[in-house]
Amino acid sequence: MTPDPITDSVLERHGVTREEYGRIVTMLGREPNLTELGIFSVMWSEHCSYKSSRVHLKTLPTTGPRVLQGPGENAGAVDIGDGLAAVFKIESHNHPSFIEPYQGAATGVGGIIRDIFTMGARPIALLNSLRFGPLDDPLVRRTMSGVVSGIAGYGNSIGIPTVGGEIAFDRSYTGNPLVNVFCLGIAKADEIIKGTASGVGNAVYYVGAKTGRDGIHGATMASAEFDDTLNEKRPAVQVGDPFMEKLLLEACLEVMKTDTLVGIQDMGAAGLTCSTCEMGSRGGAGVEIDVSKVPQRETGMTPYEIMLSESQERMLLVVKKGREAEVEQIFDKWDLHAVHIGEVTSDGRLRVKNHGQVVADIPNRSLTDEAPMYRRPMSRPAYLESAQHLDLAEFGPLPSPRDVFRRMLASPGIASKRWVYRQYDHMVRTNTLLLPGMGAAVVRVKGTQHALAMSVDCNGRFVYLDPYLGAQLAVAEASRNVACAGALPIGATNCLNFGNPEKPEIMWQFGRAVEGMGAACRALDIPITGGNVSLYNETDGRGVLPTPVIGVVGLVEDAGRVVGRAFRSEGDVVVLLGETRNELGGSEFLHVVYEQIRGVPPQLDLSREAALQRVLVEGTGSGVIRSAHDCAEGGVAVALAECCFDAGLGVDVDLAAVSDASAEYRETASLFSESASRVVVSVAPGHASTLLSMAAAAGVPAKQIGHVGGKRIAIAVDGRPTLNELVSDAERIWATAIESWFEQRRAIA
Amino acid sequence: MKFAVVVFPGSNCDHDTYHVAKEVLGQEAELIWHKDRSLGRADVVILPGGFAHGDYLRTGAIARFSPIMQEVSKFAAAGGPVLGICNGFQVLLEAGLLPGAMLRNRSLQFRCQFLHVKVEQTNTPFTLASRPGQILKMPIAHGDGNYYAEPDVVSRLERNGQVVFRYVSPAGAVTDEANPNGSLNNIAGICNEARNVVGLMPHPERACELAIGSADGLSIFESILKKTPGVISGAEVSEITPGVFSLAAGSQTVLNK
Repeated sequence: MTPDPITDSVLERHGVTREEYGRIVTMLGREPNLTELGIFSVMWSEHCSYKSSRVHLKTLPTTGPRVLQGPGENAGAVDIGDGLAAVFKIESHNHPSFIEPYQGAATGVGGIIRDIFTMGARPIALLNSLRFGPLDDPLVRRTMSGVVSGIAGYGNSIGIPTVGGEIAFDRSYTGNPLVNVFCLGIAKADEIIKGTASGVGNAVYYVGAKTGRDGIHGATMASAEFDDTLNEKRPAVQVGDPFMEKLLLEACLEVMKTDTLVGIQDMGAAGLTCSTCEMGSRGGAGVEIDVSKVPQRETGMTPYEIMLSESQERMLLVVKKGREAEVEQIFDKWDLHAVHIGEVTSDGRLRVKNHGQVVADIPNRSLTDEAPMYRRPMSRPAYLESAQHLDLAEFGPLPSPRDVFRRMLASPGIASKRWVYRQYDHMVRTNTLLLPGMGAAVVRVKGTQHALAMSVDCNGRFVYLDPYLGAQLAVAEASRNVACAGALPIGATNCLNFGNPEKPEIMWQFGRAVEGMGAACRALDIPITGGNVSLYNETDGRGVLPTPVIGVVGLVEDAGRVVGRAFRSEGDVVVLLGETRNELGGSEFLHVVYEQIRGVPPQLDLSREAALQRVLVEGTGSGVIRSAHDCAEGGVAVALAECCFDAGLGVDVDLAAVSDASAEYRETASLFSESASRVVVSVAPGHASTLLSMAAAAGVPAKQIGHVGGKRIAIAVDGRPTLNELVSDAERIWATAIESWFEQRRAIA
Repeated sequence: MKFAVVVFPGSNCDHDTYHVAKEVLGQEAELIWHKDRSLGRADVVILPGGFAHGDYLRTGAIARFSPIMQEVSKFAAAGGPVLGICNGFQVLLEAGLLPGAMLRNRSLQFRCQFLHVKVEQTNTPFTLASRPGQILKMPIAHGDGNYYAEPDVVSRLERNGQVVFRYVSPAGAVTDEANPNGSLNNIAGICNEARNVVGLMPHPERACELAIGSADGLSIFESILKKTPGVISGAEVSEITPGVFSLAAGSQTVLNK
């Protein structure tokens, strides 16, 4: 190997600092060549190494009696009984989705699906958590429709239903949308497969799409901010082929039924580099491959390009010696050709050859466990002082409750997401028990009595105003959503989207959010089994709202008892679980009416939240609760309205006024305050007292507030009629708000 | 009764269709790989939904060259009942077993939703258990379901009673609003002249258990069972309608919305 000259500009192009370069030289005992530098640069990128976040992530709770696989593998896994495991993870594809929305989002879906079936699980559900700028910006509409059709294009073709998710809008996401995709699969608990390479002499196989020059340095791109050189980064976005992935999925699951595999890993970020060194490192072994054997889409590719390509739909397999023919035969059946590209060795090194000549030789652990880890400086952001100050009187006149209500229903954050989810096949696999827009996503587990409920949530405004509390509120909301369907939360995965970690104020947001998330998960007994960190979500130096998305998975014992949010029958009694306080900080109300993100987020008592969720699980499990809906953005008024939509039923309730607001704002706060730990529940008339005593026993405040029935949403506050709308009028506003942005555009075009 | 469910690379409703035949109806069922050259001793053949061969080139365009399609054609020519669902319908069109073609949905978007179709003809092996004019609630999930054929072909289909299913409002009216994709004459499904080959865009296999929103699709599977007397009667079928789940009485109202 003749060393290439490594100049400062070469280092800069690779995102490697002088200091890091010094470590590379020490670890190798010599100067790296360019191929080796490329390998180090992608493995030590923020995206692959988690170098800024690892010290914080280590504090999260990751264990529990149900946890079969925690962080560190392709996905986490929890025991769901009947000998089965739920395997799930969430991942971001933010940067590629801004550069090329369709392919960026599509390959995000493809990547997370591979993570799940790599574990030996059949994927059965997809969810996504999306963030965009305001819809009045045509660029945002273009991004959003591209992302949505990309998710649809990939998920629909491969036949995994997109059963739910969430979307929020804020100006900070205009130049940096967030696309977080969650996937869940089912595996036999004792047949989970790991991404490990071991057994000297075992064959290393490459299978799937050919390697091209696409996506080279994708991981490095995802570890840098955007600026006006954006268009030059387009070649780093990969192109997806869902058909190829469908073949890979079926063929891999078929191979996994045999016992021919030692380990398997998909080639995601950092492609062949990452899969080889990570598998070797996990198995305490070395891996030797010859890149000339790798199937290539283009001629003249260098070892550097082959090792760093992020072409999609590729897998790396370690096959037991002597079993190669069986594996090849199965892939042949699917018209895929598994290619033998190397062997497992005993020396713990990643050795890359080209036509037999060594072109890179690096200890695996130096690329993985021994990658740099930084404890970056943190400081409390200066903006908090003024942002946490809230005085409604400063904002000018207060609109009428009716006006506020109607504007809230039309706000894209609250309005129906039908325009989005009707583009997703949400019913394939015939397990979908709750249709999108009806609460948490719920799928049955065929062959058992169980169902799984899933919810992904984060209110970035709350996190911006108080990262610790905001992250706790995200955990509380996601698990509450799952509990509303009747599911006991049993595990979670997180996707932490933040700005540039080299800025101490961003790092402080990150550190505090992780602390808050950990504390909430511990209090609610929900282990985090893995996830993803996406940093550098900034464009032209401005960061997105800190957005630590959490995906919670819950287990429903009796799938026949699942409830949705829609009211069920005339005459049912409506009960509000939880307490409303004057908490408009960070609310949708402030956002919609005054375009403000201000104040402090609602307070959260985690033990009371846990008690509330127990009541929900017990109440649905015993058949007492007939519908349940969390009060989130827009408060109890919007929650009540949403319970009426879909059902086509009205409601007549009387709310107690919040006691701690001045007279002028009392009604507004009572209707639109976003106090945590509240759920609108309906029960049959004969069951009201049962529910109230269940709640009392658990220490959860509960109040019968009215009845289901009629054609109007009638809400009084302390006996005074405050809102009175026809359900059909309100529903029309809510149902068409998002659609009209896109239909309008088409009319002009 | 034995169901053969053909699996093309890219089929993705194969397992769902198999599930209905095997678990919901308790019948024999077999997945048949597209490279196979035999349908075994199948009594009925179903081409399931999905994206056969990635739907590259054109929906169903490559699948018609799969080896098994020769067997499917022979089976159909001999009068065997063949049902194409969604992508399976598209394959039947490309294979020339049914007339017409599919255009992109007029919305230019993929659409997944429950809707209503009217059974226009009950003299096919897949509708004989339905009442004439019966309205079935079933989901659609497709991007290319906009049925098109030359005007003379369409009028011949109408004249011969080969339009088997039509998109309608919940009350049964044939309206433009009820048409999810722009299909001519609201056509959702058709049959061949011999009436043994039926294709439809909605997914009856997704509507065979109340737990997932509707059991109306069962009538299509019940029809084929009735065709072979003595196998299972319609009454027995409806007893196992709810499938593996015993639903709490009221939850159907929510789920069935």
